[in-house]
Amino acid sequence: MDIEKRILSLNQRLQYIKDIFAAKENANIELLESKLKDFTERENTMASSEVGRQLAALEDLYAFLEKKLERELTPMDKVRIVRHPQRVCLKDILENVYDNYTEIGGEGEYNIDPSMLIARAYITRRVGGKLYNQPVMVIGQEKGHGEEYRNGGSVKPWGNAKAQHYMKVAETENIPIHTYVFTPGSYPIEDYPGAAQQIARNLYEMSALKVPIIAVFSEGGSGGAEAIGLSDVRLMLSHGYYSVISPEGAAAIEGHLRDGKRASAELISTCARKLKMTADDNRAMGYIDRVIQEPALGARPEHYDFFKILRSEVIRATDEVVLNVKGWKFFRAMSLQSKRNKRNASAEDIYVRWNMSTGARDRLLWRRYMRFRKMSRHAYVDNSPLSKKFERVMREAGWSMYSFFKYDFVRKHKKKLTHIMEEIGSEMQVVRDKVAGPAHWLREILAPADKAEATLEAEKSLTELSCWDEGACGFDAGEYVSPQAREDRAVSCPNAATHGCKDLWAPDLFGDYAGVCSTCGHHFRMEYQWYLNNIFDYGSIFEFARSVESGNPLSYDGLDAKLEKAKAATGLKCACVTFEARIKHVNVICATLVGTFRGGSVGAAEGEKFVRAAERARKKHYPFIAYVHGTAGIRIQEGVNGVIQMPRCTMAVRRYIEAGGLYTVVYDTNSYAGPVASFLGCSPYQFAIRSANIGFAGPGVIKETTGMDIPPNYHDAHQALSRGHIHGIWDRREVRANLHQALQTMGGRNLYYR
Amino acid sequence: MIDVKALLEEMKSAPFKVVEVVAPHTGLVEHVITEPGLKVVGSRGTWDEKPGTVLCFLERERNKKPIHAPLKGEVEQVFTEHGGKFVEAGTVLYTIRHYLTKDEVIQEILKKTLYLFCAREQAQYYFVPEADTKVKANGPQSVRVREGMELFIVSRMKRETTLPYSGPEGMIYAVYFKENQSVEAGQPLIGVCPPDQLHVISDVVGRVRSEWEERE
Repeated sequence: MDIEKRILSLNQRLQYIKDIFAAKENANIELLESKLKDFTERENTMASSEVGRQLAALEDLYAFLEKKLERELTPMDKVRIVRHPQRVCLKDILENVYDNYTEIGGEGEYNIDPSMLIARAYITRRVGGKLYNQPVMVIGQEKGHGEEYRNGGSVKPWGNAKAQHYMKVAETENIPIHTYVFTPGSYPIEDYPGAAQQIARNLYEMSALKVPIIAVFSEGGSGGAEAIGLSDVRLMLSHGYYSVISPEGAAAIEGHLRDGKRASAELISTCARKLKMTADDNRAMGYIDRVIQEPALGARPEHYDFFKILRSEVIRATDEVVLNVKGWKFFRAMSLQSKRNKRNASAEDIYVRWNMSTGARDRLLWRRYMRFRKMSRHAYVDNSPLSKKFERVMREAGWSMYSFFKYDFVRKHKKKLTHIMEEIGSEMQVVRDKVAGPAHWLREILAPADKAEATLEAEKSLTELSCWDEGACGFDAGEYVSPQAREDRAVSCPNAATHGCKDLWAPDLFGDYAGVCSTCGHHFRMEYQWYLNNIFDYGSIFEFARSVESGNPLSYDGLDAKLEKAKAATGLKCACVTFEARIKHVNVICATLVGTFRGGSVGAAEGEKFVRAAERARKKHYPFIAYVHGTAGIRIQEGVNGVIQMPRCTMAVRRYIEAGGLYTVVYDTNSYAGPVASFLGCSPYQFAIRSANIGFAGPGVIKETTGMDIPPNYHDAHQALSRGHIHGIWDRREVRANLHQALQTMGGRNLYYR
Repeated sequence: MIDVKALLEEMKSAPFKVVEVVAPHTGLVEHVITEPGLKVVGSRGTWDEKPGTVLCFLERERNKKPIHAPLKGEVEQVFTEHGGKFVEAGTVLYTIRHYLTKDEVIQEILKKTLYLFCAREQAQYYFVPEADTKVKANGPQSVRVREGMELFIVSRMKRETTLPYSGPEGMIYAVYFKENQSVEAGQPLIGVCPPDQLHVISDVVGRVRSEWEERE
């Protein structure tokens, strides 16, 4: 019987190897196959001892060749390893790494979302004869070993919501969170809570979560990975991948494929290689802290040694995070440092208590923020001379100090004083009214009120010319004329069939009507310069961070040429334009994502500019408006450099909002994927211009991943409004007035004009 | 009786209807389909989101608009004399021969054989509550109508009055209006079938469903 089992396992291993290397011819694999076949054929004719010896020899051969094949793994092979049904899944990890666990938030099939698994686990450490039980919250995507109901690890929005809920529970209980990322991507469905918005909410929540978070990446598919991946330490399994998009998706975009045509296998492998998604690449770029070495050709549930390594890595990472912010840490920190490179060093030689004090928690948040702030610095191009950079640093330090003194120091106390005076004043008001009541009544009866002033006003307004808007009477200098308005042609409204719109003359449409159909109100696409001219006060736009340019960090072929073309065509250096401006004399800071530069895709440069704008707004206590002219998501050719902007910018925005700022987002034309799922979707005040399209994934991607046919207006702004993703739809001619009103009435308790 | 069967024979002899495609407004015509005999399709997709085959382009004021085929059929006549020239609104550009489907044939027959009770004025029409429950529960064929019975509620400008049915006695075979839909004057509301004709009509309908070949 034992022989049978061993032969069976050898067969399984052979099948596994064949799956991983797909259809590639390989002498080693053929050798293994032929040897196994010979053995099974001759098995019956041999003596039992002989059989035992031959089998042992065969197993050694297998082990040796697996190690050899390990060196020939390409990135696409690693993708196949990670997606294989025999790969370790979260349940295996829970069984073997943690000492005791209870699954919460559902069990197996009986679950809101079977692809997200949450468990309350225990780690038991024995240090110096004493036993310590340390609880952790384990959150991760679960693929199972090929179970259908797990959806292959594609988490639906309510699954992410479940994860967010339990992260908050962990924060209340003051226990660390270990997250395991096993997802090819998020399920792109827009129903409430909405894929993009929920990921944004998760990121927002995790930015300021006051417990240590350790993330372990096995299969990190962009947005889905970020939903639980924002952490203090990121570990990655050596055969995992972490990328902005799956290789198939990248191949579809590269090959300009449409309508469900498949990309060739070579194109997919080349894309996998170019995207630099393996653990070593990510480690080199600084997005992963440590790589956990797996056994040859990927970890499977029978590799018990691997689980031991994983356990000690995870414990060590948590210890490190906690020790970095604790007060009493000297010797233990030294011990961790020295043992890091030694083999067979167990993390269980020291004990670190994982609950933290309040001061430690604040330090933890600060360290998390600084860690992400420093990432991807190498990925954009900044050609400004050293003197300018130095100048910028000095200026920012100056503002920080000024802001600290004026707002945090003086204003806090001044506010307290004014609040107290206000309270006293309102109490006195009631008393005064009661006392002076009869006196007023008497005065009214004896002499009527003086209405002379009121009538004078009325007379003036009725007989003199009125000036209905400040801009209308003034000098209309610098008015923007759209290039579309210079063509002499007629334009048909796309709603002509349903609403009976007549054709419009282009100069009228794009000039006087501001690109709005006069029958149905459909908004035609207008350039971002129109908005810059018509929303902000004339001459008030002052651009900053102009020197940050989009680069090509992965040396992706073709991207340099495309960027040159885009830079020449638009005159911009990257897709984000950040500037200070005024709206009806209220100073604001605005970050615009321009849809004409590479579709408005966000890369390292755009993320850096956005973060700088958020920090500037925080220091100066200005309201922060993100105007999204159009965004197609994260720039795929920048790979993980782009994806990392999602948590980075969300953290910057969170810090800004917590400092008492007002963050408003206005969507225009098309806004999809990455940015909406992070720093745009987390804003409490999101608005859209009419006829905008907002969503997580486009119709093609949805059709491919879920197989659902979606109605043609699925991503329309009105649909987003009914799902609660945005809070209002504005006509573009009213944006100036509406924004001004938003600035006066919404949020931002600590703005300079409050 | 003979009426119905004769009607069916008549329709079998000419199982198509001819649809004219006219220019919706003035413009310069550029034919895309120039040969008669080509097959065209109308708008497809669950929400009719994929437009039909492009027949020609009509350009006015440098705005080129495609003219799509309205339904499935075969191009019968192409008026190529307008090609490249300026045409007025309403000029016929194509005629399409649309082969009738089973449902369309049945609709035609019913329209001609049933007694149609038409709307007098433009309004929204509803069934009287008793009739309405019967129609919703068991289908329209369960309601028997008599001369002078209160059958409809006419709703216009927020005022409602009842409308009595006048015409031969029988049962409602088909309903041609929907709730909350404004019906114009002269449009049929219901089709009534007298009891003696019922057998014949259902017979014919069954025959059409089984025998009629739909030409692709």
